[in-house]
Amino acid sequence: MRLMTLTRLSLLTILALLMLAVNPQANATDTGVRASEFKLSNGMDVVVIPDHRAPVVTHMVWYRVGAADEKRGSSGIAHFLEHLMFKSTDKIPVGEFSKIVGRLGGQDNAFTGQDATAYFQRVAKDRLGTMMEMEADRMVNLRLDEKEVLTERDVILEERRSRIDNNPAALLNEQMNAALYLNDPYGVPVIGWYHEMQKLSRQDALTFYKHYYAPNNAILIVSGDVTADEVKKLAEATYGKIPANPDISPVRHRPTDPPAIAPRRLELKDPRAGNFSLQRYYIVPSYVTAKPGEAEALDLLMKIAGSGSTSRLYKKLVVASKLASSAGGDYSGSGLDGGDISLYAVAADGVPLPKVEAAIDEVLADIAKNGVTDAELARAKSSFLADYIYESDNQATLARRYGWSLAVGRTVADVESWPDAISKVTADDVKKVAAQYFDLRLSVTGYLVPDQTGVAQSEEDLPPPSSDSVLR
Amino acid sequence: MHSFFCRIAAASKVASRSALAVTVAALSLILTISTSNPAAAMNIQKIKTPGGIEAWLVEEHSVPMMALRYAFDGGSSQDPVGKEGVANFLTAMMDEGAGDLKSEDYQERMEELAMRMQYEDSKDAIYGSFETLSVNRDKAVELLKLSVQSPRFDTDAVVRIRQQLLANLAYADKDPDKVAQREWYAQAFAGHPYARSSNGTMTTVSSITHDDLAAYHKRTFARDNLKIVAVGDITPAELGKLVDDVFGGLPAKADLIPVTKTQPLTGGGQQVIEMGVPQSVAVFGLGAMPRKDPDFLTAFVVNHILGGGGFSAKLMEEVREKRGLAYSVYTYLQPYQHTSIMLGSVATKNSAMAESLDIIRKELKKMADEGPTADDLAAAKSYLTGSYALRFDTDLKIAAQLLGLMQEGFGPEYVENRNKLIDAVTLEDAKRVAARLLKPDNLIVTIVGKPLGLKSARPATVQPAMAVPGRG
Repeated sequence: MRLMTLTRLSLLTILALLMLAVNPQANATDTGVRASEFKLSNGMDVVVIPDHRAPVVTHMVWYRVGAADEKRGSSGIAHFLEHLMFKSTDKIPVGEFSKIVGRLGGQDNAFTGQDATAYFQRVAKDRLGTMMEMEADRMVNLRLDEKEVLTERDVILEERRSRIDNNPAALLNEQMNAALYLNDPYGVPVIGWYHEMQKLSRQDALTFYKHYYAPNNAILIVSGDVTADEVKKLAEATYGKIPANPDISPVRHRPTDPPAIAPRRLELKDPRAGNFSLQRYYIVPSYVTAKPGEAEALDLLMKIAGSGSTSRLYKKLVVASKLASSAGGDYSGSGLDGGDISLYAVAADGVPLPKVEAAIDEVLADIAKNGVTDAELARAKSSFLADYIYESDNQATLARRYGWSLAVGRTVADVESWPDAISKVTADDVKKVAAQYFDLRLSVTGYLVPDQTGVAQSEEDLPPPSSDSVLR
Repeated sequence: MHSFFCRIAAASKVASRSALAVTVAALSLILTISTSNPAAAMNIQKIKTPGGIEAWLVEEHSVPMMALRYAFDGGSSQDPVGKEGVANFLTAMMDEGAGDLKSEDYQERMEELAMRMQYEDSKDAIYGSFETLSVNRDKAVELLKLSVQSPRFDTDAVVRIRQQLLANLAYADKDPDKVAQREWYAQAFAGHPYARSSNGTMTTVSSITHDDLAAYHKRTFARDNLKIVAVGDITPAELGKLVDDVFGGLPAKADLIPVTKTQPLTGGGQQVIEMGVPQSVAVFGLGAMPRKDPDFLTAFVVNHILGGGGFSAKLMEEVREKRGLAYSVYTYLQPYQHTSIMLGSVATKNSAMAESLDIIRKELKKMADEGPTADDLAAAKSYLTGSYALRFDTDLKIAAQLLGLMQEGFGPEYVENRNKLIDAVTLEDAKRVAARLLKPDNLIVTIVGKPLGLKSARPATVQPAMAVPGRG
């Protein structure tokens, strides 16, 4: 979004949303939530999720394109374009988009991930038609002025400083991803590498825009005080008038990783690190790439192993052995190319990181060898189902839940059969995925170490790098 | 992969709570300042329980859950000298065992019941949130009651949570945003409890024990400083019983240390705290009118135009949109019980901080001298009244809105009147109040980073702040 980029840090959100993607049908009588879907004649997908409690709607358009679709060498262009989409069209003067939405009593924003880019407004329901007109207009009529583009490029560089360069933990995260993915574009940060962002141009943005922004590459999601019939009528009159782009391939091609044969390890020493901490990431399947039932088992595995103060990691490392002041982990299964597991711990005072790491490995090995208890599994399952009901209190959350799934090619039916799939997972399934996927060859481990001797470098002071081989 | 920052903040329970507390404190104020007009769809009932406790209720039976939000006046301004951080510490201890249930048992029971309970602290209050599915309500209420009336504060849990809080402090000490915020208050309110960080210091948090927590709980958890709002699937009679069950056993009267009314220092001031980061962060602010001042709402509108209105705001326009100097720049009004301030923040690369602050000062002065234009005012009113309903579209949001009103001493009818109050703001009012509010000479600025060409400058009237400048 203009205020927030979904670097993969926000996969946490995605995870949360996926976790909540429980079958509305199973709870239809309880919650009144149930999505309906249809397609416009130009190929645009539409999902409607009614919630009539308040006279407001959430209107979102999702494009099936994200940072991982960028051309090599222009990292950050997906997110940069997202910012530029707020500039102007023939009908909307420069910088007026958000102001118009504001005058209509609405709130708007957008966000970019590795696999999707989404734009949204929250408005009173009688403004929905206007929002659709404006969103449909900028889907194809974006106008970019050279000077505006350069100014906005400075803004995303500041955004990068705020989110990444000012924060050693974020820098380590970026380095770890780059090491984890040998060839898959997930190794490149959503916001982009600084030296490539500096060179992004108006033409780069327009080329990306013209190729990827079209109704047949988009999903409309409307939740709130509205019916499917109302949405259909408005959508046909706005988005429905835009011709499809025949050049868009329905299949998204991504470079894939070769088999990994060596665990990767990194250590970042930074004077700005407040604590000794460590992280571990594993590449695992996502809901898109997993065999049936596997992703659900991974969800439950990480709920039990790493979620909150009742988790195995917290109980062993923080409560029992007191080696860490905090510890946990989770599974992110929303990616098109694959998913990941991440684990973390902050060392207790004076405890060396290798000792903490060994304790984490012991917890993982124990689950892989001895599995989880029936009580743990039951608690984890009921917790997922409860989350769903809680989240049906929030129409914006619901809209995102469907959006993330559909943007990577999953269907409304996939989303709505999730609770069934979760309930079918056995303790044996959980043990099996633990044994299979806690595989160090597919992992990266990173230490963040406070260092008083190092000097933080300011990227604005660095000479421009001569190649893109900064990290690898 | 997720960013480490996010990971730690989200998964270490203490960190996430502190983060939440900050957000909630800021948001609830912004939100509660103006409430609006979904009143049409919302029936706010004022109930008095058989035990004589007052609560507000909005019944909403379409989702099988309920949310309770409550506040005890007091907050971190009640921390005894030398025990700064005790209120914050307590918020992390409320699910660490209660009654006969030790920490682990309590937390597993919460998870079995899918009950959600969270505490946050502000300078003036401790906030609790409780959510339960209807099907588990009775059992969850039992658990809540235990925690409210008889938290254990067991030593092993105290030690564990203390270590997390200390790790958070070490982390926050290297975070330019957090340091700037903390030092701003230290400078503006030197000598007053509001100068102290709610998180305490390494020394004070290290000294907090079971007895300190128990004493704080005993003094501040009472019936005469308690406000309660319930929203969701519950009837007035059921709520009456619930409230009496949970809160009826508390002492009738809280034992609060009197806090004097105060003002941030006048005459301005600029403090630079060196930190080796590529981007400096500045926090700036000055005194504002109290919540019950007849000009408060007009000041709220003026703030919206100057720096509160996202992409419609002047500061955003001048600093970001026109010049690309920052990713985020904003201001907000923050009324406390014993003072009121307007606070803002900007983050800019070190070489441009001086320019950004210059522009901000100029815009402040311009708004003070000329006030907003008729167009600005119309746009602000249109947004503020039109977007009002967006604050009431989930049970939790409704509860937070109404609780804020209760704390500020308004009745339920405020919800219906609020848009009329905004609409009644005239251009003349806005100009007069802009001049009254925005006194650039009083601006207190705290900058963390290595801002080029900026130095600390203290007016003669200012006492050095409690916290040590130059740390980090």
